[in-house]
Amino acid sequence: MYVAVKGGERAIDAAHDWLAEQRRGDKSVPELSVPQIREQMALAVGRVMAEGSLYDPDLAALAIKQARGDLIEAVFLIRAYRTTLPRFGYSNPVETSEMLCLRRVSATFKDLPGGQVLGPTFDYTHRLLDFKLAADGDSAAQPQQTQNSAESTDPSTIPHVTSFLNKEGLIEKAEPTVPGMQDKPEDGSNSAQNSMQDTGSRFGGPEPADLTREPLEFPADRSLRLQSLARGDEGFLLGLAYSTQRGYGRTHAFIGELRIGHLGVEMDVPELGFAIEIGEILLTEVESVNQFKGSKTEPPQFTRGYGLVFGQNERKGISMSLVDRAMRWRELGEEFSGAPAQDIEFVLSHSDNIQATGFLEHIKLPHYVDFQAELEMIRKIRAEAMSAQATQEAAE
Amino acid sequence: MSDYNFAYLDEQTKRMIRRAILKGLAIPGYQVPFASREMPMPYGWGTGGVQVTASCLHPQDVLKVIDQGADDTTNAVSIRKFFQRVAGVNVTDQTGKATIIQTRHRIPEEELNEDQILVYQVPIPEPLRFLEPRETETRKMHALEEYGLMHVKLYEDISRHGQIATSYAYPVQVEGRYMMDPSPIPKFDNPKMEMPAIQLFGAGREQRIYALPPYTQVVSLDFEDYPFEASKAQGACAICGATHTYLDEVIIDDEGTREFICSDTDYCAQRVAAQKGEAA
Repeated sequence: MYVAVKGGERAIDAAHDWLAEQRRGDKSVPELSVPQIREQMALAVGRVMAEGSLYDPDLAALAIKQARGDLIEAVFLIRAYRTTLPRFGYSNPVETSEMLCLRRVSATFKDLPGGQVLGPTFDYTHRLLDFKLAADGDSAAQPQQTQNSAESTDPSTIPHVTSFLNKEGLIEKAEPTVPGMQDKPEDGSNSAQNSMQDTGSRFGGPEPADLTREPLEFPADRSLRLQSLARGDEGFLLGLAYSTQRGYGRTHAFIGELRIGHLGVEMDVPELGFAIEIGEILLTEVESVNQFKGSKTEPPQFTRGYGLVFGQNERKGISMSLVDRAMRWRELGEEFSGAPAQDIEFVLSHSDNIQATGFLEHIKLPHYVDFQAELEMIRKIRAEAMSAQATQEAAE
Repeated sequence: MSDYNFAYLDEQTKRMIRRAILKGLAIPGYQVPFASREMPMPYGWGTGGVQVTASCLHPQDVLKVIDQGADDTTNAVSIRKFFQRVAGVNVTDQTGKATIIQTRHRIPEEELNEDQILVYQVPIPEPLRFLEPRETETRKMHALEEYGLMHVKLYEDISRHGQIATSYAYPVQVEGRYMMDPSPIPKFDNPKMEMPAIQLFGAGREQRIYALPPYTQVVSLDFEDYPFEASKAQGACAICGATHTYLDEVIIDDEGTREFICSDTDYCAQRVAAQKGEAA
């Protein structure tokens, strides 16, 4: 007689032990420390913080160590941790023109106030394996000058490139969205009605939605879409943004400005009656400037796409700005060409890699019961089909 | 685990989920959106069910967790351990002794009573999803009770295969109003859904909760000339000899010889114990 397999509990414990052993690897090799990961795998740490929606480089580094370098697994660890944290309130919006920039480039103007600051970028490195790094010891090149870029840039406010275009009215105004409003093209009064200044206005808008506190529902306004994109999977957004460049919902984007730098985060404390700085974060901000020939409701002007990501992650920031712009077709009175990047419900429903990987991988869980039901049905349908065929052949 | 609140979720979150559950019970079969949290197990592993269970759990509750009808499947073990760890509740594998039963893909064979809650893990809560991928559309269809698309699908099944070719997650209509996905239980279990216990359905990734109060009318969709049939494998359990239970098929040798065993391991074990008692 068959005895059903027992011992799931012991199997799980043994699997976890083996996993821990595999994580550590060869014990003759020194163990990685969390500070080592935080300092030397900083871009991975940034990605985990961004997609994990939690700014904490130490925890992100710990998650990367625990996840054996699987970044999506690390993001998952961070998400599962952050969701248990109490919510005290919301910070004030950050003013990115006050960012202490490590890097700031514009692809639309050769020179501009604040200057072009190349900063620590891979852009012009030759992708040749540096075998010196394989040798133990610190082989990092000595900086040619001791000044780092953060110190070399003017620490005072660096205005955004788009604000120059704004002066001529060549680019749409950046306004806080009124939830639900921009998805009603019929009223035609969506953008550029109240001419709030480009800066400043960010403090006066309606309360943005928060998809970590409310279920995602459609239509989703722009602030909600941007939140979703900011924590969305880098690879998914890269693919979508790339598809817009190749003609699936073209947006004709230029990088008006890309800046990476540190910024203080302030929060109003009711007991004090004023805002205090609660910490400093590293951010990547991208503003794309997009060609736009005008539509029934909007005059010809440049339009905007926006990206803002924790840490240093230009690929994600640029992808986000392109996808943001592609999703704005309705409010700008453009055609829906059926491109995936234009389809808000499609993009937002599938950009979260923790949801995606969970649902994808769950199909390896047991499905005996459903499969059994399918087996019975396919046997029945098959038997009927075979007998019908046999009768037909006999008749012929 | 003193760092975590009782049953893992913080009280604010539990309150939000309880509100969704109450709304679900008030509108049987209606999918209530809720702000699903990330849980320490992946989406697809039962995060919706776990959140519902966590929000219903009292320290004096007795919890049973099954997957595919069995208490010892790895994921059932993992979820049961999770609640032992974060809530310290008593657990059981006996259906009759549990106050809350979390399940994936089955309804226990033993009839539940009014003091019990059955919590289902739901992957795709929307019965119309594979006919219409857009949530904005399907919500409209539910609002307007526009279920023609499903009937056409069932009709096409019959014209193509001579029968309704859905063997699990077989759609139902609740109290003549909302069309509901019963989660991927085999259609054999559908008739059991009219029961004395409360049934709660949690879909974590899809952020939906729905519910059936006790004794709610649940009708599996069919046609007069093609009535619904709660089918299962023909055969008897190789362990307890039952012919009236849902059976899993197991292959026992290299020649592919097949045998059937009860999918509900507790029910099977109790039958075996009763048989031994009679023999003694």
